[in-house]
Amino acid sequence: MLHSLALVPGFALLGFLIVLVVGRKLGDPKAGWVGTGAILGSFVCTLLTFFGLLSRPASNRFYIENLFSWIPVGSLHVNIAFLADPLSMTMALFVTGVSTLIHLYAIGYMRRDRDFPKFFVYFNLFVFSMLVLVLADNFVLTFLGWEGVGACSYFLIAYFFEKDSAATAGKFAFIVNRIGDFGFLMAIFLIFAHTGSVTYQGADLGALGQSCASGSGGHLLHCGLSSGTLEAICLLLFLGAIGKSAQLPLSLWLADAMEGPTPVSALIHAATMVTAGVFLMARVGPLLSHAPIAQDVIASVGVLTAFVAATIGTSQNDIKKVLAYSTVSQLGYMFLGIGSGAYVAAIFLMVTHAFYKALLFLGSGSVIHAMGDEQDIKKMGALRKYMPITSFTFIIGWLAIAGVPPFSGFWSKGDVLDGAFAKSPILWAVGALTAILTAYYMGREVYLVFFGQSRWQSRANNLSQVEPGKNHDSHSEPHEPTWLMWLPLVILAFFATIAGLLNLPFTAGIGYLDRWLTPVFGTSHLAISTSGKWLLAAGDGVLAISGVVIAASLWRNVWNRPKLEPKFLQDAWGLYSVYEYLVSKPAQAIAKISNNVVETKVIDGAVNSSAGLVGWTGLKLRKLQSGYVRNYALGISIGVVLVLVYMIVRA
Amino acid sequence: MSISGNWYLVVSAILFSIGAVGLLVRKSVLVMFMCIELMLNAVNLAFVTYARMLNDIAGQVVVFFVLVVAAAEVVVGLGIIVSIYRSRRGTTADDLHILHG
Repeated sequence: MLHSLALVPGFALLGFLIVLVVGRKLGDPKAGWVGTGAILGSFVCTLLTFFGLLSRPASNRFYIENLFSWIPVGSLHVNIAFLADPLSMTMALFVTGVSTLIHLYAIGYMRRDRDFPKFFVYFNLFVFSMLVLVLADNFVLTFLGWEGVGACSYFLIAYFFEKDSAATAGKFAFIVNRIGDFGFLMAIFLIFAHTGSVTYQGADLGALGQSCASGSGGHLLHCGLSSGTLEAICLLLFLGAIGKSAQLPLSLWLADAMEGPTPVSALIHAATMVTAGVFLMARVGPLLSHAPIAQDVIASVGVLTAFVAATIGTSQNDIKKVLAYSTVSQLGYMFLGIGSGAYVAAIFLMVTHAFYKALLFLGSGSVIHAMGDEQDIKKMGALRKYMPITSFTFIIGWLAIAGVPPFSGFWSKGDVLDGAFAKSPILWAVGALTAILTAYYMGREVYLVFFGQSRWQSRANNLSQVEPGKNHDSHSEPHEPTWLMWLPLVILAFFATIAGLLNLPFTAGIGYLDRWLTPVFGTSHLAISTSGKWLLAAGDGVLAISGVVIAASLWRNVWNRPKLEPKFLQDAWGLYSVYEYLVSKPAQAIAKISNNVVETKVIDGAVNSSAGLVGWTGLKLRKLQSGYVRNYALGISIGVVLVLVYMIVRA
Repeated sequence: MSISGNWYLVVSAILFSIGAVGLLVRKSVLVMFMCIELMLNAVNLAFVTYARMLNDIAGQVVVFFVLVVAAAEVVVGLGIIVSIYRSRRGTTADDLHILHG
């Protein structure tokens, strides 16, 4: 059954090719069904591979499917090879599973869009790239997938490219990601330069890390990396992760990426692509455990991002931007887990986050649909009565992300915070504060959208300024979407509720994810006593519930509290201005100098003066062309005489 | 008795100089053309002389080449001269200085 591994990305690629070639003929909605079916195929193959891997003993749970040699240059051998190990299978399972649901949702959401097939072309290509990223057995192939998802992200953010803001947001995301890619590339170069190999070496990464510490020279497997090199590699990889996973200071592109259609935000900018950075750091976890500086940096950046993004989230008015900053914040949590050495907790949070954040985004999409493409939560309210399924599932998503027991977020976030506490109580304190904020800002959104007074009477006016390409129905009241859209909501809500079962902390026996990932990360040994764990868990629950209560008391009946939404936070801590002054302004100044000085003086000067020189020479030389044959003959004669004189003198 | 080879060379040099000076000073294209022929044949004479003096047949071979090339050149040259004559009613070289740069 393990041989179905190559079919996992294969199905997605097939779907991409079919929709690419005959998508226009299939049209709306058949192209969407083909795309969804392909991803479902990927999901089934992933399941098969997963069970194949499960049937093996824990120590032998890795499998490499080597397709062909890709770059055989000198001592560099890069294969197109896929690696199935517990980590990549965990990723692939939730990526394909959530992708299938979101594809299904997108058939309903993108209905009557002008470029319906094009959307699924990009969507399938994205899933293919993402699967290449997670299943790759070497850094270079991962990088290929990494770039692929980046490109698809760009295409899909700028999907409504007639809109200036969408086109700009796409470019912004792409350029910011280049900064991260630089780090990733440099890390690959360093790894190759020091070890001569770019593969992950299957499940032996654990052994690799240990021998790295002992410092016996040679291959990555028993590598002789100095601790400085190791830190550099980890920090450079983290730079890549910062770009892809929107950590500080490169966070803002993710908020702007909300210009894309909502299924894109759900799939790419919440559930899968942005977690690639976390996946990458988890993949090199065995190396990272021996790089204490890098760990500190990652944990600090993560917790800082979590906190800053959560504060920004409290003041946003766009239903999707709140979720975007919330995603940034949750990714910060994941990096906090990675930096604290709690890799399983980070992966656990990633999986549960994929469920509840996809759920929240899809829910917001269904709200946006019902409101006729209105995204301002200040212009919503009381939708609970009109959209029971959406509001019910959305509230489940809220409770899950807030970390209210027994929803999934409580368990996964609890694990991350435990790990942070074991590393440093300061990290834990900031993380705990962020947990309250998380419950609060999501509560604010829920209350503004689904509770209180309805503030959407002026909807007829909004209809005139909807974005092009989106459909809007003519019904006067908001209503539930088709089953295509609410079915994924219900399924995701189910998983958002129960996903905590994956890794319950009570006894070692039911920590399934923990045991499953042990071959990759080694046994986790948290330096917290059992009673301490219970205390922390109780604390997490109290924090989450207090956040929910605060949100309820503040926002249930009041929809406008300017004091709680300071401009400073609405402007994302002035980060946009920082970008503007640090990057845009200097770049514009350089452009101006290039245009006014370099272009006119240097480049034009060089071109014009060389042309002038040629012209002047020609003007002088034309006098030689008198037109009299005897002049030319005389010239020849004189020349002959001179040559003869020269030869005679020489002789 | 045989005449020393040097005299042939002297004749060759004189013929060449006459041809060269004629080319420089005459205006009629036809005459200039004849001067060129004179120069070519002066060179031929020098070649043959040297071939005899150095006992090397290669010099005479070159003469054949020169003759062939000269014949070809005459064909082209006379053709041009005829066409100049047709358009200008004269064969003065200086009339053609409108070709200057």
